[in-house]
Amino acid sequence: MASPMRIRATESGGVVDVKVLMRHLMETGLRKSSDGKPIPAWFITILDAKVQDKVVFTAEFGPAVSKDPFLNFKLKGTAKKGDTLVVSWVDNKGETNSSTVEVK
Amino acid sequence: MNLQRRKLMQMTALVGLMASAGLITQAEAATWDKAAFEAKSVDDVVKALGGSTAPTVSDKVTLRAPDIAENGAVVPVGVESSLPATQMAILVEKNPSALAAMFILPEGAEPFASTRVKMGKSSNVIALVKSDGKWFMSAKEVKVTLGGCGG
Repeated sequence: MASPMRIRATESGGVVDVKVLMRHLMETGLRKSSDGKPIPAWFITILDAKVQDKVVFTAEFGPAVSKDPFLNFKLKGTAKKGDTLVVSWVDNKGETNSSTVEVK
Repeated sequence: MNLQRRKLMQMTALVGLMASAGLITQAEAATWDKAAFEAKSVDDVVKALGGSTAPTVSDKVTLRAPDIAENGAVVPVGVESSLPATQMAILVEKNPSALAAMFILPEGAEPFASTRVKMGKSSNVIALVKSDGKWFMSAKEVKVTLGGCGG
């Protein structure tokens, strides 16, 4: 499950537009498998984006976020061209994933 | 007793000051808001998020969502605001738990977020924006032709 994220961060007019595509099943815990047993919930709970160790954006997800979540957000003043943006998430099983991208 | 209370207030003020000075970053304070995500109804979510009154409908909150979603498993929704927001949330009224996603915006994060959510059936989608300690909202009905909770 630790597939890398796809991140794109581009600056335009002082605003950095960040798009993140994660790979995650995002199971709600409400579905049942073919033998009738409930499939346990498994979803990303918190994602944060950092620039130079400073948190610039945080998202909290519930199981209602779609499989392979997509997230788009914008930063003004906290990131610029050439900065390294670190995006990390943690899921409800405690698994984590982190990727970095340079702001273009 | 009185002295303790005074000490406590001093501490609270200090922590507040540290937070505003950026010594404590938002993420260290951020843990997954279980109560809000487990709340069933929109009202309960607002309560869990600390809203004392019902959110005010505001044209300064923009919710981007389709009129009709062919596939309830992947419904693109976005929230945007012209208010100086510190927190935003996306809710789907008729989902088993209303809150789908929440965004915490430190200074410098634009009041804009967009993601994709699952919708069990046609429902109102609600965008909440917290600005200056108050919650504002905008709602839109999204018709779903194929539910996203199938399986």
